[in-house]
Amino acid sequence: MVPQGLRYTKEHEWVRLEGDVATVGITDYAAHELGDVVFVELPEVGRTVAQLAPVGVIESVKAVSDLFAPLAGEVVETNPDLSGQPELLNTDPFGAGWMLRIAVSDRSQLDNLLDAAGYEGLIAES
Amino acid sequence: MAQTLETRATPLADRHLALGARMVEFGGWMMPLSYGGILEEHRAVRSNAGLFDLSHMGELFLEGPQAAEALGYALVTNPAALSVGRAHYSMICFPEGGVLDDLIVYRLAPDRFMVVANASNAAAVSDALAERIEGYRVVLDDRSLATGLVAIQGPRSVEILQSLTDVDLAPMKYYSIAEGRVAGVRALVARTGYTGEDGFEVFADVASIGTVWDAVFAAGKLRELVPVGLGARDTLRLEAGMPLYGNELGPDTTPFEAGLGRVVKFEKPGDFVARQALEKANAEGPRKQLVGLVVTGRGIARHGYQVLAGDDRSGVVTSGTMSPTLGKPIAMAYVAPARAGVGTILDVGVRDQRISAEVVQLPFYKRRS
Repeated sequence: MVPQGLRYTKEHEWVRLEGDVATVGITDYAAHELGDVVFVELPEVGRTVAQLAPVGVIESVKAVSDLFAPLAGEVVETNPDLSGQPELLNTDPFGAGWMLRIAVSDRSQLDNLLDAAGYEGLIAES
Repeated sequence: MAQTLETRATPLADRHLALGARMVEFGGWMMPLSYGGILEEHRAVRSNAGLFDLSHMGELFLEGPQAAEALGYALVTNPAALSVGRAHYSMICFPEGGVLDDLIVYRLAPDRFMVVANASNAAAVSDALAERIEGYRVVLDDRSLATGLVAIQGPRSVEILQSLTDVDLAPMKYYSIAEGRVAGVRALVARTGYTGEDGFEVFADVASIGTVWDAVFAAGKLRELVPVGLGARDTLRLEAGMPLYGNELGPDTTPFEAGLGRVVKFEKPGDFVARQALEKANAEGPRKQLVGLVVTGRGIARHGYQVLAGDDRSGVVTSGTMSPTLGKPIAMAYVAPARAGVGTILDVGVRDQRISAEVVQLPFYKRRS
């Protein structure tokens, strides 16, 4: 199930851009690959991030995975629920499992990302 | 995933695929890592019961009038002291004192033993035993590839398995074994396990182990039995403070350093392989000490991470995860003996940060009954 209206990275993050603020999370495909998420490390609010730079960590029982910023900008908000409920990434990755919000510095970077069809193609190949 | 020449499939592989298991290579075998999810499987074993395919393990039979003496020479324990139908945890050491494998030794008859070895070491253990028993009146029969093994672990294990077997399970002591039938199939039923829960390990011919699996699976259906993979097997044994060969045990570690010096029976009669080296190691004291850690800071300590205590950077995490039962990150680590006291606060290097951890008494989890 790949929601339309979002953009996607090759690292399985999703982006919803509203005005100049991008909400970011990981896809259900990524969450399924990871298995049970037990720990999430998010960047500090106020941090400047570059497109596709590693900005956080998602840990499952067995493994540690990097979280990448899909767009450059400033981190303006992180999801406070993930500290106590990391499993939200498994149960509701597109909703309550959102991870961070970025004030985007260059909207055109959205063109570097996949649309829903492009992401569907990516995961079909895997 | 295609099976290469080097990777074996267990007799139960088709069942795992039918159940949608995520498969992983382990010790030369394609094994189920998880089915429904590691946390769910872990919790199921602690609350009800889980069914494991352990057919990758090694089963070595030793039979003959000097079987007990031969094993007493080859291993650090004293199998001669086992009554028929009893078992004990053991180790086979290199002559220099490091651990070649950890094992369970079962006495099936006065002159017949079964030694169960880790999958990754089965061939090495078989070779080492063959060499060490020379001159003794005993025959080694490596039946690893002919033997299937399933485990039922959890508080409902007796309830689930009893309906399928003529072996009287409830009175069986922990670390005992009996011969009988399970689902009509000739089997060995042992009250042993690697989870810290009550449970049984059932050994049968590879041709019959599928019948056993299917019967246990069916009997467990209305009792909330779930299939459990190696992912949860690892989190369960870690909570129970049990070592994993390759993490806590290896050729550069003595039994004493792993906190398992009680396994070395110096008082048994006669020589045994590594006696001299182990006496020396025991006298000199350990170079490192295995401890349990609970992380008090924010993060998970994992295999290979550095453990620091002030300027001492010599420690290393051997196993670590988020404990499903405790809800906290737990780990086992080797640290300098001076830093090994319960209550010691140490740091674990997690990426570029140092997070606090406290030395605790093992095990992290003990079952109630």
